[in-house]
Amino acid sequence: MDPDTPRTTPRKSALFDDYTLSEIRRAASTGIYDIRGGGSKRRLPHFDDLLFLGASMSRYPLEGYRERCDTGVVLGTRFAKTPLELKIPITIAGMSFGSLSGQAKEALGRGANAAGTSTTTGDGGMTPEERGHSKQLVYQYLPSRYGMNPDDLRKADAIEVVVGQGAKPGGGGMLLGQKISDRVAEMRTLPKGIDQRSACRHPDWTGPDDLEIKIQELREITNWEKPIYIKIGGARPYYDTALSVKAGADVVVVDGMQGGTAATQEVFIEHVGQPTLACVRPAVQALKDLDMHRRVQLIVSGGIRNGADVAKALALGADAVSIGTAALVALGDNDPHWEDEYRQLGTTAGAYDDWHEGRDPAGISTQDPELAKRLDPVRAGRRLANYLGVMTLEAQTIARACGKTHLHNLEPEDLVAVTVEAAAMAQVPLAGTDWIPGRGY
Amino acid sequence: MAELDLAEVGLRAVNQQLHALSRESNDLDWRLLNPLGRHSIAVGLDAPAKVTVEGHAGFYCGGMNKQAEIIIEGHAGPGVAENMMSGTVRVKGNASQSAGATGHGGLLVIEGDASSRCGISMKGIDIVVGGSVGHMSAFMAQLGTLVICGDAGEALGDSIYEAKLFVRGKVESLGADCIEKEMTPEHLETLGSLLERAGIDADPEDFRRYGSARKLYNFDVDHADAY
Amino acid sequence: MCGIVGFFTKNPEFESRLGEHLSSMLIEMSDRGPDSAGVAIYRDPAPKESVKLALFSADDAFPWKPLAKEMTKSLGHKADVEVRASHAIIVVHGDLDGVRAWLGEHHPELRVMSAGSTIEIYKEKGLPKDVVRRFALREITGTHALGHTRMATESAVTTQHSHPFSTGLDLCLVHNGSLSNHNRLRRRLERDGVEFQTDNDTEVAAGYLTWRLRQGASLDEALEAAIRDLDGFYTFAIGTKNGFAVLRDPIACKHAVLAETDDWVAMATEYRSIATLPGADKARIWEPVPARIYSWGRA
Repeated sequence: MDPDTPRTTPRKSALFDDYTLSEIRRAASTGIYDIRGGGSKRRLPHFDDLLFLGASMSRYPLEGYRERCDTGVVLGTRFAKTPLELKIPITIAGMSFGSLSGQAKEALGRGANAAGTSTTTGDGGMTPEERGHSKQLVYQYLPSRYGMNPDDLRKADAIEVVVGQGAKPGGGGMLLGQKISDRVAEMRTLPKGIDQRSACRHPDWTGPDDLEIKIQELREITNWEKPIYIKIGGARPYYDTALSVKAGADVVVVDGMQGGTAATQEVFIEHVGQPTLACVRPAVQALKDLDMHRRVQLIVSGGIRNGADVAKALALGADAVSIGTAALVALGDNDPHWEDEYRQLGTTAGAYDDWHEGRDPAGISTQDPELAKRLDPVRAGRRLANYLGVMTLEAQTIARACGKTHLHNLEPEDLVAVTVEAAAMAQVPLAGTDWIPGRGY
Repeated sequence: MAELDLAEVGLRAVNQQLHALSRESNDLDWRLLNPLGRHSIAVGLDAPAKVTVEGHAGFYCGGMNKQAEIIIEGHAGPGVAENMMSGTVRVKGNASQSAGATGHGGLLVIEGDASSRCGISMKGIDIVVGGSVGHMSAFMAQLGTLVICGDAGEALGDSIYEAKLFVRGKVESLGADCIEKEMTPEHLETLGSLLERAGIDADPEDFRRYGSARKLYNFDVDHADAY
Repeated sequence: MCGIVGFFTKNPEFESRLGEHLSSMLIEMSDRGPDSAGVAIYRDPAPKESVKLALFSADDAFPWKPLAKEMTKSLGHKADVEVRASHAIIVVHGDLDGVRAWLGEHHPELRVMSAGSTIEIYKEKGLPKDVVRRFALREITGTHALGHTRMATESAVTTQHSHPFSTGLDLCLVHNGSLSNHNRLRRRLERDGVEFQTDNDTEVAAGYLTWRLRQGASLDEALEAAIRDLDGFYTFAIGTKNGFAVLRDPIACKHAVLAETDDWVAMATEYRSIATLPGADKARIWEPVPARIYSWGRA
């Protein structure tokens, strides 16, 4: 070939990008799908695509540092004798001892206590340490019923019946055996070191009509004291919220697809469910259609990161939000401090998601005592409390700018969207217009 | 002996009175009249009481029981003795599906038949069924013993962990990773004492034992079709 | 997601109390289905060469008597009408297709809820106790009946979305569960001329049976085929002219209890619906096994 002939620049396929190619090779070599932790990593319309309309002339703002802007929320006012009273509308989502180290669970409890909010158990039962370190603890009732027992049920401040998770609506997980330590195995009544295949349906009820009976049983056992939450994956949020209310929920938790998980198939995380932003309005509409908005409280989770996200979720109609991934980052997850070790694991700080493998350099998603020791629960708890405080201050800042004396007075009309997609999903106008695309619910 | 009429005082009052019992209570022998298929009867008990349900019960009778001896003089609805921790639940008639689901301990005796998913996700409970069980029984059974004096339906012990299964009649089919295992003298003894505790007259020698092949315990690409 | 009840009299003495028993059974299933309720009652066979239709009007003040007069005049045979709240039973000499065509042309606002010789379907939004009162169901007599209370899953709460769904002459279907392939199946059936009034999954199951029966299948054959073609979770009860049938899907998550005495057969999603029937304490009680068709009928 004539050396002077211009050469075509090598061009990589947008479709078969490096990640896709590596996945094909990995699948061909191992014969198993990729399992990982965390939530969706793809770019999705999110709360960032919404903006608040602060006050100027037509409305008056509150003085940022002086005039009150309340943040408290009461969860479980419908049937429960003792609702949960939280100082801030940000709760800590369910994460199990097993998926997380004992130190990490303790840190979550300490941070939540300091901020005046609740933590949640996970798949694997309640540890005495966790109960001890959390003033307000929500006990998850899951299909596996690992470690489920009536004493812990009665010790809980609320019960969360988990029907689905945003990362994997309709699925159970498969947690590889590395994290099934002696203690985790004992709590879950499983042999040590085996892969844990989680069920996707509850073993003794199917459907909202049966769930109503199950909830009655849980209430009878706990003397009708505890608020009962129902947690659903963001898939069909309108119907699922409506059915949760009909089944007797005090609180509905809607977890969008950016919600994290300890471990499930990558294909599940990225291809099943709806973005959190798209879940809020249908869920709120279902509550309104049943005349239950604010009577049954709505918690939204899945990718909440800062006070703006909190304020936006509340403006769209949520009563509170829940954080998981962000709380772990506050404790120290994926911290660049451990970059050398992340590199040894073939990843980098910020991308580490093999939480199921139990080799977390930050000592959070692990059962290895040496790694777990790296996390100081007191200091990590303090970091979480700081972070929760900042989120709350940020949300208050926005609310005051909109003239609100309580975060719950934020409204959809305080928002505009900067993309057509977000405008359609959040059902707020595209900025500069009065156009709400595709008004559905 | 104390009597409570469910039709008169209602479920809440009955459960409240039963929850108030303790080892020191004067009367620990209770009869519950007119259950009429009501749900959540005698759930969450935690005292060495004897509670007799005079008729058919609905869902979750004896759910999460600790210590108590509960006798259902009729049929039981779905999830009887679900998540039991200790004590005894005895069903004189048949039980609907998910009997003894996720039970951690205690003894569940079903004198008649049990429907599908008997002993699903069981975690240490012992279950003795005088008759037959339906499909998917002992699904994901983790620990404990399920004794079936009659036949077992399809997919017995699918994805089973360390629970032990004994069947006297025929097994329609075994689920993934469940296999027949050798009956050792030790197993015969376990079975014999369980039958005796259950008050069911059967010869342990007539039973076969089933349990986990443990091939699904850790992922192996060559067993992928069994997941 | 719902509650189902069925009552079939073996002893004719029970026919006079059919409505009373059915109503009590239905109200017991209120928790499972607070959105709407409906029943199919089998009674008073229409005279030979006549048809009996259950019609629904969304207009509470619909002039049913003038309608009967209009039909009598137009069709050349006397049409009898009996009004029950939003529904009316019309018995008229003639073939069904002719009567349907006439109604479609002259009163497109009316919905045919059921058609046949003995079937009468009544259904409405609201709590079962209110539906029972509105239609005065307690006083209704008959040989057998099915009832349904609905907790809507993915389709709207309307009268048309309520069960039972008519699936052909004297046939109806009620469903507890949730189908997962009904949209595709609906499109296939529509190509074959089956008409649907709603987006409800159960109506697809009903339409499917209608379609199979129209092709010449027996009810048992149609149900066998349904086990293959319908995906999802279901317990069906099917009302027939002479009795009723029960079928659960092969996974069988949705409950059903059957009870039989010398006097009656009863079916319900939960035993509590059966508990107060006379003789229930002595009844033979069992649970239908998955994917098996149970049916009762009189010759």
